[in-house]
Amino acid sequence: MIEPKVYQGLGLTDQEYKQIEKILGREPSLTELAMFSVEWSEHCGYSSSKKYLKLLPKEGKYTGFVGEDSGGIVVDDLAVVFKMESHNHPSQVEPKQGAATGVGGIIRDIFTAGARPVASLDSLRFGPLSQPYNKYLLKGVVDGIQFYGNCLGVPTVGGEIYFDESYSGNCLVNAMNIGVTDKNKLARAQAGGIGNPIMYVGASTGRDGIGGCSVLASAEFSEGEEKRPTVQIGDPFMEKCLIEATLETLDTGYVIGIKDMGAAGLTCSISEMAFAGGVGMDVVLDKVPLREKGMKPWEIMMSESQERMLVCVEKGKEAEIKKIFDKWELNAVVIGHVTEKKNIFIKYQGEIIADIPADSLTCGKIFDLPFEEPEYIKETRKLNLKKIKEEGDYDQILLELLAAPSLASKHWVYEQYDHMVQTNTMVLPGSDAAVIRLKGTDKALAATTDCNSRYCYLNPFLGSQISVAEAARNIVCSGGEPAAVTDCLNFGNPNKPDRYWQFKNCIEGIIGSCKALSLPVISGNVSFYNESPAGAINPTPTIGMVGVIHDRSHVTTQTFKDQGDVIILLGETKEELGGSEYLKKVHGKVAGDAPELDLDLEQRVQKTVLKAIQQGLVKSAHDCSEGGLAVALAETCISDRENFLGAEIDLPDISCRKDAYLFGETQSRIIVSCSEDKIEPIKNIAGKNNVPCAVIGKVTGDRLKISLEKEKLIDLSLSEIHEQWYTGLETALNS
Amino acid sequence: MKVGIVVFPGSNCDHDCFYVSKDVFGHDTEYIWHRETKADKFDCIILPGGFSYGDYLRCGAVARFSPVMKSVIDFARKGGTVIGICNGFQILLESGLLPGAMLRNNTVHFICKYVYIRTGNNSTRFTGLCQKDQVLKIPVAHNEGNYYIDDQGYEKLKQNNQIVFRYSDREGNVNEKTNINGSRDNIAGIINKQGNVLGMMPHPERSSEPELCSADGAFIFRSMFQWIERNKK
Repeated sequence: MIEPKVYQGLGLTDQEYKQIEKILGREPSLTELAMFSVEWSEHCGYSSSKKYLKLLPKEGKYTGFVGEDSGGIVVDDLAVVFKMESHNHPSQVEPKQGAATGVGGIIRDIFTAGARPVASLDSLRFGPLSQPYNKYLLKGVVDGIQFYGNCLGVPTVGGEIYFDESYSGNCLVNAMNIGVTDKNKLARAQAGGIGNPIMYVGASTGRDGIGGCSVLASAEFSEGEEKRPTVQIGDPFMEKCLIEATLETLDTGYVIGIKDMGAAGLTCSISEMAFAGGVGMDVVLDKVPLREKGMKPWEIMMSESQERMLVCVEKGKEAEIKKIFDKWELNAVVIGHVTEKKNIFIKYQGEIIADIPADSLTCGKIFDLPFEEPEYIKETRKLNLKKIKEEGDYDQILLELLAAPSLASKHWVYEQYDHMVQTNTMVLPGSDAAVIRLKGTDKALAATTDCNSRYCYLNPFLGSQISVAEAARNIVCSGGEPAAVTDCLNFGNPNKPDRYWQFKNCIEGIIGSCKALSLPVISGNVSFYNESPAGAINPTPTIGMVGVIHDRSHVTTQTFKDQGDVIILLGETKEELGGSEYLKKVHGKVAGDAPELDLDLEQRVQKTVLKAIQQGLVKSAHDCSEGGLAVALAETCISDRENFLGAEIDLPDISCRKDAYLFGETQSRIIVSCSEDKIEPIKNIAGKNNVPCAVIGKVTGDRLKISLEKEKLIDLSLSEIHEQWYTGLETALNS
Repeated sequence: MKVGIVVFPGSNCDHDCFYVSKDVFGHDTEYIWHRETKADKFDCIILPGGFSYGDYLRCGAVARFSPVMKSVIDFARKGGTVIGICNGFQILLESGLLPGAMLRNNTVHFICKYVYIRTGNNSTRFTGLCQKDQVLKIPVAHNEGNYYIDDQGYEKLKQNNQIVFRYSDREGNVNEKTNINGSRDNIAGIINKQGNVLGMMPHPERSSEPELCSADGAFIFRSMFQWIERNKK
């Protein structure tokens, strides 16, 4: 007789337990119970999110494909596979290993699709650095990413880092990876062919990470809890060997399907590969290579030990596959075979320990959860700009914004990541998007991650629309055509209606933007329960985007290039301060609404800039985001350390508050620079697209001067600006 | 010309070196697996960067015992051209082909960035096409690149003109400010006394094509390949 505390300890409810009994027609074994608990967990089953995820667009300009564990786009003869995934709770508990295994896990999703991983990006969010634990988390997470990624030889080329109170107690680590392969070489995560062997390859199974997805990832943090044993431990050397062995194995053509053992380990890979192939599996658990003696069968099925895969191969080819793994000194053992009866049938020491219909494990429930607008929205919307002081020392404010850890240079972080291995990195970290070339072609890929979670807090629908639009704008500024999206959706407890309302609205926002910009969502991940005793995180739908640069001569960076060039602002500035970094930093307010977004204008601005870049008219392009026009201009002057270039800007009067003009975060604005003779052609393109286009100044001298109809607003030396921006993050870390 | 690229489990710059040798410079290039015991058919051997055998011990400490290193040592003793880059440099130190040792960077962090190195000796087979004191812009990516050698060894390096590259600024100034990792006398690369084995921490293979921010690394490969062509029997 199974006591309630047993299944409750595994994260199952009374109701779920009754359902399991009904499916099996008997009391489950302990192993079966464990298997249901992990497969039905929110982390694997997506029960609370499926209803809305189904609505995300799957079609766009590029031929997209959605595989079992990742998706991608086809570019000429190449398949570009990518995905972003969260590893938030493990990182909060043990930052180095949590982040390291996050990187390892997402990379496995890419190479099991048959693609060689070519670039990683990481979107990270922490509480303010004034709290020592947040410093520890930032240092630990960065250490984990460098420890794992550098050893693998996969460059970490981009990402983002933000700091906000809502992440104290629940940091976010969203890891994205991109892989490339021949479009005919994509692998699937399916078992097939009755009688074909199922091989276990890679590292041995240990007791680490047991219950990682059910206990750790699918509940909120409460106070004083010890969850460290549920975090996995990573071995990047093992993974490096596994990448090479797997890609060699796939090259043989003998692989029917392959899947990594990530969340829910062996349970997940066995049941999902069987279900995806419409078959069953007979497995002898005694064959699984173990790291330690005395492991119980349910522990073996639940373990989340890293660097392991399950492969279904053609019968008779086992020895050839084993030879490859032997060469890399990795395990490769036949542990079972494909069966016609669609059950997962597992034996251990001669006894049947599980006999479950595969579909009952993987076809979890779909919840229809209640939602309601959170109370705080009414309060935050009450922002009255008239009560905010407009005048101020704008020089000082600009310096303060540039030194804010969220806006300051992230060189302290990315210089710890190997961002150049594989020799494809054409634009180093720190510009609008990372650019990596595709060897053997004239093309390159641009990639970015974006999300302004403050906007999403104030207005989830608009905030997530902006995340998509801004990601696309970053791609365009780098010379690329936005192609497809992966999303990593981080939210609080979905069972609380106000949190669920945020989730629902964010998804709807993403759908809106993606449809307008013709972008498919080809992969993604949902992470709920991001809460600490202090409350939920800001809704954070991180957008990962990949774009295609059709000709490498189009690659463009954000910094000014030559003295005497002209500076043009495309788009229109509105009097907006809601949700801005300025309002928060200078006036201590998180209030108002997110900036407006006119998707039609957005598209026209992007079209204009891309066309101007492709025609060779533009020398630099940079979008205006956090910190507004002033911060964007400062960055274009100083973010190339070897070539500081000053600017003199005179803004036309548009009857807008001065602080909003300088620091407001109006969307759909891009700053470009060009030589004087290119003004007319650029104006022409803008005119045809009905995009506001104004020459606002000149690249000159070694100061940044901004005036409004000749009235001086900002006048700073570049070295002063650079000092604040370059050292801002380290200063906060060391204070 | 036949170029061999040694591959240890955990090497991760092997493909990059292969690409430069084969696709950028057009040489016949082959991988040499760490279990191989023969290397004599090659005109030049590259020990690439990475984390050989995971480098969970001291970097390169395990690789030196691999079968292939016996043949690389033989090849070098006979005067064969060997270049070790990053982890390859560490392995050359561990296996005794070059003097000195590597310590952890004094920044206590992995460092990946473009740096400048000044060519101290341009009469080697690896730097023949460089001007005297030419400054090269080449990236580094390492955790343990803090080169150490005792006083006696250091004096010998100087006497024999074995210090090939030192970390500098864009103008070629070599001083404490331009020392990125704590290396003795800013040393970034050295050769053996015979002049046929070069070890360097910066990655010339990452900067050998104009579209990759700098093409200065090509000076080193071009010098080396040209020397081999000219001196081939």
